[in-house]
Formats: sequence, C-alpha cells, structure tokens
Amino acid sequence: MKKHEVPQDNEGLREGKAWDLCYVVDENGDYVTVPSCGWAPKNAALLQAWDVIHEKVEEARQQVLQGKLSPIAYYMEKNIMDVKLLASYIGLPKWKVRRHLKFPGFTKLDEIVLRRYSEIFSIPVEALTNFRERPEKK
Amino acid sequence: MNNKDIQIHFDHRQAAHCENGVTSNLLRFYNIHLSEAMVFGIGSGLFFAYMPFIKLNNLPVISFRPWPGMIFNRINRRLGISIQRYKFKDPRESMEALDKNLEKSIPTGCLVGIYHLTYFPKAYRFHFNGHNIVVMGRENGEYLISDPIMEDIEKLSYNDLMRVRFAKGTYPPKGRMYFITEIPSSYDLKKAIVLGIRQTSQDMLRIPIPLFGVKGIRYLARRMRKWPKTLGPKKACLYLGQIIRMLEEIGTGGAGFRFIYAAFLREAAKELNQLWLNDISKEMTEDGDRWREFAIIAGRIFKDRCGLDESYSAAADVLMDTASREEHIFQKLSKITLD
Repeated sequence: MKKHEVPQDNEGLREGKAWDLCYVVDENGDYVTVPSCGWAPKNAALLQAWDVIHEKVEEARQQVLQGKLSPIAYYMEKNIMDVKLLASYIGLPKWKVRRHLKFPGFTKLDEIVLRRYSEIFSIPVEALTNFRERPEKK
Repeated sequence: MNNKDIQIHFDHRQAAHCENGVTSNLLRFYNIHLSEAMVFGIGSGLFFAYMPFIKLNNLPVISFRPWPGMIFNRINRRLGISIQRYKFKDPRESMEALDKNLEKSIPTGCLVGIYHLTYFPKAYRFHFNGHNIVVMGRENGEYLISDPIMEDIEKLSYNDLMRVRFAKGTYPPKGRMYFITEIPSSYDLKKAIVLGIRQTSQDMLRIPIPLFGVKGIRYLARRMRKWPKTLGPKKACLYLGQIIRMLEEIGTGGAGFRFIYAAFLREAAKELNQLWLNDISKEMTEDGDRWREFAIIAGRIFKDRCGLDESYSAAADVLMDTASREEHIFQKLSKITLD
C-alpha cells in the first residue's frame, strides 16, 4: 500500500479515537506509518457483526415480553455472551444458568444471585426484576 | 489499596499492534530502542492459523499472529533480557502484586480482555482476551494505562482494571502480568534478527499440521469455496466477516501484519547489510496488497447482502495466490545467514 492510498472511511465507529496505524510505502520506498480512521470493508465487517447481535437481542427481548425467557437471557445476549461465558462469569454450572434463563428458574432466584447477575451486566438489580427494555436504536 | 500517586516516566507511543507496542515501549524504558516493526520481526510475530474447531463468539478462530505473549517472550530470549511473568487465581492478590511493582517504579505489562475496557470505542468491544497494556502509574486512585492502540494515556479505576484482568471466555487472562527484570550490558541484534526470520519461515512452511502457515491459508481457501453450500449464504457471510475483522481490525498495521513485516525486512536489510532483503520486502508488500484485494472482494459480498456464490471462489483464488507468494518468500527467507 502506498502513502496516498491509506483509506479514510470514517463511519463514526471509533468515537474519534483509536485510529489505525497503517504501514505504507512512501515516495522513496521506505515504510512509514499513517493513521487511518477506517476502511469500508472493515467497517462493513464490523457492522455486520453488530447487526447479528442486535437481531439476537431484539429476539430475546420479544421472548422476555412473551414470558418465554427471563430478563437474564436478554442481558446475556445484550452482553454478547453465551451460556458458557455467563456461567464462567457468575461461577455457576451451566445447567443452573440455563434454568435462570427461563421464568420458573428466574423467579426462584434470591437477592444475592440477582445482585451478582446485575453486577456482571453492569445494570441495577431493578432492571432484572422490573424488565422494561425498549427496542435498540440502530 | 494504597492511594498514593505514582508517576513513572514512561514514554507512551502509539503502535499498530498492542503486543509489539507494549514490548517496544517497555524496551525503550530500559534504553533499548527498537521500532515496532523490529520488535515484530525479531519476535516472529507473523503467523497464520485457521482453527475451525475452536470458536470465538461462535465463529471459527483465525489468527494472523501467535498466542498472546509469544512476541514478548521471544524477543527477550533472543536479546538475553530477563523477564518475569505471573498469573493469579485471586484478583485482589493480582492487584496487590501490580501495586508493589508500581511502587518499585516498574512499568508492568498486563494481558486484558477488551469487553469491559471502558476507554475503548464501544463498537470494538467484543469478548476478546488477547489485549496488552502497560500500567505505568497511579493518579487520584486511578491507574494510568499506556495502551498502544490509543494515542493518549488512558485511565482505569481499580475495579475496572481488575475486571479486565480477570475477563472470562476463550483464553482467559487470569491476571497475567509481565515485566523486565534485567537488561544485559550488550546484545547481538543481528543474530536476533536472523533467528527471528528463521523461526517465522519455519512457522509458515514447516509445521506438520495443515492448519498453520501457508498450508493453513490453502486449507482456508479450499473450505471457503464450499462455504455458500455447506454453511448457507448467511453464515458464510458471517465467517467471511470474521476473517476480515481478524485480518484488518485489531491493529495489524494492514493486511494481517504483512505490511509491518515488510517494514521489518527493510530495516533488517539495512541492519544486516544484506540488500536482497529489500527485494523480499517489496514482494511482501505486494503480497499484502493481495490480502487487501481479498478484503475488497469480501466487502463486496457484504454489500450484496451475501449472495453471489462465485465471489467466494474469487476470494479463495486470491487466498491461494497469497499462499503461493508467501511460500516463495519464506523459502527464500529460510536460507538467511549472518553473512
């Protein structure tokens, strides 16, 4: 890649920081670094990954509203976790976490375990007990 | 926790990639001035691995670099620098050990997860546990962080730092920290460069498992041709997206480190006084450009909402070409000697 070819496709994904340093060839054939604020194919790959996550989160939200899943299932998706990852954060076996994803298991949870979940998701406990999430803005 | 402010005169410089940057910055603190590219080359940072049976965020693992920590270990071994590394079971204990280091004015590298890294742009925060930072002091109860991806010095609270050091998931960091303990009075840079190049050639050509190096690229290309059929259009598109993210995203300096490596070869040519390395550097740059063409084709596939089976073949063709180019490059590089 040449110095003048460094892509600058800013799509606001980087919040104005963490520019990529690109290694490029200058006029003399030497390597120099040039900051880049993004490149369309990379941005597309990243946005595509988020689309999938947003879809899953919305699906989980619907299921919580229909009473099929507990709020923990919603926040699990929202934090891009699966049962395995959530279980290792909370320090419980996977089968127990799986129970908490459904309402019957969820309603039996005591204050302590609820607090631990809320800490992992960085939300207040009330967000779990009184679920009022809205659809995400894209 | 002791709240006393600690300032270490640590020269934070941004780099393309976190581990190179951390290593280069740490070495400079001890008066060893090596560029990011040099660190990358001596530490044999270039690699390729495709491991479809290990999943990260439900997608197969593809890597353009060795395990986190390898670059740092190798460069220190090759220059005769003594280091110490620790990992912990107890988070509080790990923070105590870090505090003790800071009180002795030792800038300390930490392996962390990105997901809870508060200063990182939100769109880039996934559960990825191979990020490296240097903790370089404490101010008003917050830790000063030299993160080579960021332009400026960042800050993390005690709890936030503890949290990222004990991230969970694939390859959990377990509070891993590392630092330099002793610097030799002299070191042989030329020999280190040759060793670094030889190892990379070995890794790219001679690992007898078809998932790694040049063979790994070919394996990926063969699988990719079939993706639209075996995975269906949607999943195939996600798999491709994962590759592009690994190729370009997490600070590779472009084209999965190929450009940094080309920069290293150019520096090596000067250092070793072996001008043929300049030609190889050019070939490596061309190879990197091919990887970028691959990314452009992939970008088109994303745009077309992931249709077009033949595009996957076109992308795979480019991969096959990069594999041949790299095979050729490393066959020549594997014959490098000191004179």
